[in-house]
Parts: sequence; C-alpha cells; structure tokens
Amino acid sequence: MINLTGRLLSGITLAAMLGIATVSSQAATLHMAWSQDATGLDPHKQTAFSSLRLLELIYEPLVRVDASLRIVPAIATSWEFSKDGKELTFKLDPKAKFQDGAAVTSADVKASFERILDEKTGAAARANFLSIAGIDTPDAATVVFHLSQPDAPILTAMSDVNAAIVPAAEIKAGSIGTKAVGSGPFKLDKWDPNAKEVLSANKDWAGGPTGVDGIEISVLPDEAAILAAMRTKQVDFALLNDPLVATLVPKEASLQLNRVPVLAYHVLQLNPSRKPMTELKVRQAISCAIDRQEVLDTASLGEGKVTGPLTIPALATDPSQLFCYKRDVEKAKALMKEAGLADGFSATVIGATGEPPTAAAEAQVIQSQLAEIGIKLDIKMMELNVYVDAWLKGDFDMAIALNGGRADPYTMYNRYWTKAGNLQKVANYIDDTLDSEMQKGRAETDPEKRKAIFTAFEKHLAEMSPWIWLYTSYSYTAQQKNISGFVPTPTGTLFSLSKVTIQ
Amino acid sequence: MNYLLRRLATFPLVLLGVSVLVFVAIRMVPGDSITAMLGTEAGLLTPAQRDALAAYFGIDQPWFVQYWRWIGGILRGNFGISVTYGRPVLDVVLERFPLTLELAVLSMIIALAVGMPAGIYAATHSEKPSDLGVRVIAMIGQSTPSFVLGLLIIYTLSAGFGVLPAMGEFAPLWQDPLRNLSQLILPAVTLGFAFAASVTRIARSAMLDVLSDDYVRTARSKGASARSVIWRHALPNALIPVVTLSGIEFGYLLGGAVIVEQIYALPGLGRMVLDAILQRDYALVQGSVLFIAFNFMIVNLLVDLAYVALDPRIRLGEQ
Repeated sequence: MINLTGRLLSGITLAAMLGIATVSSQAATLHMAWSQDATGLDPHKQTAFSSLRLLELIYEPLVRVDASLRIVPAIATSWEFSKDGKELTFKLDPKAKFQDGAAVTSADVKASFERILDEKTGAAARANFLSIAGIDTPDAATVVFHLSQPDAPILTAMSDVNAAIVPAAEIKAGSIGTKAVGSGPFKLDKWDPNAKEVLSANKDWAGGPTGVDGIEISVLPDEAAILAAMRTKQVDFALLNDPLVATLVPKEASLQLNRVPVLAYHVLQLNPSRKPMTELKVRQAISCAIDRQEVLDTASLGEGKVTGPLTIPALATDPSQLFCYKRDVEKAKALMKEAGLADGFSATVIGATGEPPTAAAEAQVIQSQLAEIGIKLDIKMMELNVYVDAWLKGDFDMAIALNGGRADPYTMYNRYWTKAGNLQKVANYIDDTLDSEMQKGRAETDPEKRKAIFTAFEKHLAEMSPWIWLYTSYSYTAQQKNISGFVPTPTGTLFSLSKVTIQ
Repeated sequence: MNYLLRRLATFPLVLLGVSVLVFVAIRMVPGDSITAMLGTEAGLLTPAQRDALAAYFGIDQPWFVQYWRWIGGILRGNFGISVTYGRPVLDVVLERFPLTLELAVLSMIIALAVGMPAGIYAATHSEKPSDLGVRVIAMIGQSTPSFVLGLLIIYTLSAGFGVLPAMGEFAPLWQDPLRNLSQLILPAVTLGFAFAASVTRIARSAMLDVLSDDYVRTARSKGASARSVIWRHALPNALIPVVTLSGIEFGYLLGGAVIVEQIYALPGLGRMVLDAILQRDYALVQGSVLFIAFNFMIVNLLVDLAYVALDPRIRLGEQ
C-alpha cells in the first residue's frame, strides 16, 4: 500500500515537473500517431502506405472496397458494365462536394482520369487504366468510360485513392500536390512533414457527419514510444507495424489491439534468370526446404497466416493444396541431386532494413533452413531506397520482400506474371499458362468462373516456384478502449476513422 | 585579429569542399527521389513518366549542371526548395535549428554541471573508493548507448508512473517556456549523461596532471588552502582539455542528435537530415549539411579563442 501510494505521489510529482496532463484534453479530437509520415499530397503520385492512409481521409475515389472487399459506393452511387464489357457507366452522388464548396461533376472525373493517363503526371497507377480508350460526360452526374477491351479488374483499381477524383480547376491551376482539396470526410488544415498533420471534419461531406471534429496525427518514429504515449493517454489511436510492439498492446488494460490479416504478403523472391535458379528443380527444392510456418513463428511471433500467391480470402486456395507447402527436406535434397547440385551452392539474399521490421529475422530463418540442403545464403541488409533500386533492376539472387496486395488478383499480379507486365524485369519468369490465365481472368466477369481461373493460376505459380510465398501478416492498430467505430480491413485503410467516436 | 580574419577567410574554401562532398555522396547512393517517393511502384512508370518526374525533382540535368545551379543559387542566397516540405531549404533548416541548439546547450549545461565537479572530486580523492565509484559510473555513462537510456527513461516513466512529456508537437521556448523545458529535459538528460561521463573522465585526468605540477606544489608550500589550490591555481589549466572535448561534442550536437530526436519525436535538425536522406530530398540534405558544417567551423573557432582566454601563454597564429 505504502509502495503504491509512493508510486502515485511520485507520478503526480513527475507529472507536475514535466507539465503533463494525464488525460486527453479534447474529447472531440482524435489524437493519432504513426511512425512513418506521408511523403506527399498528390493522390495520383503517392504510393507510400502512410501517404495513402492520409489521403484517403481527404480524397475520394469513385468507389471503395469494404471490409469484405466488396465494391461499395463513394463518389459514384451506382455503376454498370455494358453487355460486351467495353463500357463502364457511373452515376455520381449529387450531394458530393469538394472541400472548397464546389460540386463534384463528371467534368472533374474526366479531368482526373485524363491527368492519371497523362504520362507527364508520373502516376504509377496509370498502368491499371490503359484500357480506357475514351471518357464521355453526357451530363454533370454521368460518366461513361469506353474501354478498348473487357476489363473487369478496372473497377477495383478505381477504388484506390490513386484514382481519386480531384477538382478540374485545381488540375488547371497546377496546384494538386501543394493544396489538398478533396471531397472526403476530412480537410487538411496543416501538414508539417515528418512531424504532424491536423485534419478537421468536412461538414459538407456527402457521407454524413463524422464522429470526431478532427484528427491530429503525430509522427513518433519509434513504435515503443508510440506505445508509451498511449499508456499515458496522449494518443488515442495508433498505426503499428512491428509485431513485437503490437503484441505488447493487449497487456495494457486501457488499450485494445485491432488486427486483421492483410492482402500484402511476405515472400522470398528467387531470381529465375540467375543460375542455378534458372532450373525448375532447384526452385522447387528451395520451396520444399522452407518451413513457412517456422518462418512465421520465429520472425513474426506467429502473427499471421501461411499463404499461397493469392491472399484475397474469397479466392485463396488452402495452402495445403499447393506444391510442397509441407516441408519435405528429403524431397528437396532429391530435387537438388536431380539438378546436379547435390553439394548445394552459394547465393546472396537481399532485404531492406526495417521494411518490413521482420525482414532480417525472416532471412536468418531461411538461411538456416536452406543450409540443410547445402545452400549457403549470404544475407545483405540494405537501406530501403538502395534495396528498391536493386529490386527494380532485378539485381539480386534472392530477395526478402513484403509486397502489397490488391483486392483483385489481376491488378495485384499483372505487373509480374503477364508477358507485358511492367515488373517482368523483377519477376524474371513467365510462361504461357500464367499469361493466358491472367488474360482470361481479366476479361471474365462471372465470379465463379474467375475463381476457377485464378485457382489454376495460383496452383501453377506455386509449382513453378519463381517465388516462395511465405505468409500474410496482420495490420495492427491500437486504440484506447473509449474509442469505438473503427473497422479494420484487409487493405489497411483507415477510412472508417470517419465514423469513430470518443466516449 | 589577424588570426581571426585568416580563419574566417578559410571558411568559403572549406564550405566549397563540403558542398562538393555532400553533392557527390548523396548522388552516389543508389536510388533517387523517384524511387524514394514511389518505392517499388516506380517500376510501373513508362520512360516518359520517369522523365517527367525527373524534371519535377530537378534531377533530369547532368550532375555538373545541377551542381552549378545549386552553387549559383547559394551565392544569391537561395539554397533551393525542399521537395518534401515545398518550401525554401533555408527556411526549413532555420525552423528546426533552435530546437537543436537548445538541446545542445541544455545537454552541455548538464554535462558540465555534473561532469566537472565529479571529475575534480575524483581527482582530489584519487585512488580512494569514492574515486573508484565516480570512475565506474563514468564508464557506465560512456558505454550506455543513448537509445537504450532514452527508451529506458520513456518506459520507466510511462509504465511506472503513467507520465511522459508531450510528444509529437514541439513548443518553442519563446512561445511556452515551461512546456518547452518539459519536452527537452529528458532528451537533454539522455544526451547529457554520456557527455557528462566524458567530461568527468577528462576533467579527472587533467586535474591529476595539473595537481602534480611544480607550481601547484609551490602554491601548497606557500600555505595556500586546498580550495584555493584547486579553484585558483589548478582548475584554469585543467580546463583546456575539457574545453576541447566540450567544443567537439557541442559541434556534433549542433548537427543534430539523430537517435535521441527519433526516440523523443523531436523535430530537430538531426531527424530532418535523416528523413531528407531517406526521402532523397537532395536540396535539403545539401543545404542542411552545409549549415551544419558552418556551425562546426564556428564552434571550432570559438574553442580556439577560448584557449587564449584560459591560458595567456597561448598566442594563436604565431609561429
């Protein structure tokens, strides 16, 4: 008792000395923290995770995906493909307004997509919209996209904030990226890069009133410090990346951890253009020698799920049905022998320091597992940009990666596993089966037939083993228990912060 | 005065050298502003898109053109525009500098206030248990990494007492002195701990040297009190190595205490430079490194001038 009283008194004294309030000061403002800040404000150019999470609170695309990855309305209230699949018509919400008070019209939609398609913009998402042959605007509330070929995944691609609708007037003024004027639930009042963002509720938002008056986002680079700030109630809500920190959250009585499996996947990318990974048997041997569950348990404290190439729950195949997902060292050794490499070989695996936080640990577990079949791995950890540079050039034997997922398998993988894929140089493997299944999946609109196509694609990809898919992890958010209404989703979106309330 | 002018005249040459080094070094690191912004998605760009973005970031010209433009701008007082902040580099740097300066000053005050008395005490109690105690603590201080101490402080305060200084938004000294002090005191203690340990060790060894000098023995034999011997006769001479160490440490701290600023989420110069490097914000990296180099040169000059003040036998610049 004396000890408790002493601690309490010391705490109060310390609080007084440090000039700290130990309770949240404004109930109507959500105090949020994350370790990595947005890198820019142009929704068509930004691809960093934090940028997308910030921008989707400010900007809106035509449609969104919900927690079950179904397409739901955003600026558009309805949409329809023509029978031949070559026309996609949207009806816009007449209540939708930009934060400067102007109505969102079909002219803004047309101007936004023309900007994305203009090579001078430098929009990475342009690759997803190349089938758009023309855009018609019969009236202010109707937009018709004319497609050069049937393109079912384009609707999912349009749900991304990289396809956000921005005011045509701002495009003309050249102020996209310097001024954030969207039609989303919050307005950006202040952005101090790598330090703080201040958002206030957009009273004119077509989605109705927001649950809080505003959001203040602090950038606290160390996630242990984020947890400390949550303990002292300085922070109401936080985005966490490191499973080591996230798993400590449930130990705090006042905090709640939200976790949901995400679409992004941890993978060991082999480079099939480099010997001896050119040999199918060697790649398959590596696949058989890796115990994916052990990688997950050791590197990520078991926080995740072993996965095949498809991570979308509705389409994913049970991993036990995929090639060599149960570790079989004897089979791996036999395959190495058949490939003439019974004594193994040496290779280098690259990884980015801290991106993901588990990268080094994953590389170490794989190193020890592959040593059992004679493969000597040299681990080379690099700063993220150095890694990205090497990755884009395909300059690696093997790479530990955390690759982003998409709600549609075509959008997710056409960059790697089609003959015209922009990242073929990274994947370094393609065959007729993969390419034709992807093209069939792109044109097919029937959900059951699409599932069959992509199941065949996934099984073939796992068997060819150009990459060794490991596991999907969780997206973590931590919150005070007096916060309600947040819905975690597999895409990692924070859009539902628009409806959170503070009790 | 001549010495001062001669030293000041070398500044432009040194800064020119630094400008070349930082310009070349940041461009030798693989990756550029485009990959920093887009990550692996940069692979989806067509050559025309890449060219458009390169022009936007100002990296479309040959390196010597980029360098010439940058240097030309500096001569006109324009350090360039930070692509991250969308503002002039000098504005961003000067906005971050007061925090870093304040943190450096506070750390130095803590280091000298703790380290000097501890060092003198240890020297005057040489080889006694109390001397040993001071030396052990100093060794622990020097060998404890600042991130360990910082996280330990944060964890102890938050988990043990439920308190922490406000993190995230920094209150400048002139706007809210109390809040400012509450935000900086823990980082200053974290930095000052190791700094104080170094000061203690240097002060102790310098004092031991001086205390065995003839003039100190003479002072003692003439009946000077122990206090007078230490403070009037020994200390001024023992201060010279402490000034050297403090000057160098202070110069480093003016470049930003990256790790401590990261842990305590302080928007100082160190964290800004680190973020600028990671985001390949070339103009900001170059401008801030030049600024840091300039500060270091000023501190070095002040240290040299301090020698003269402490020991009149030293005549700067004389052959």
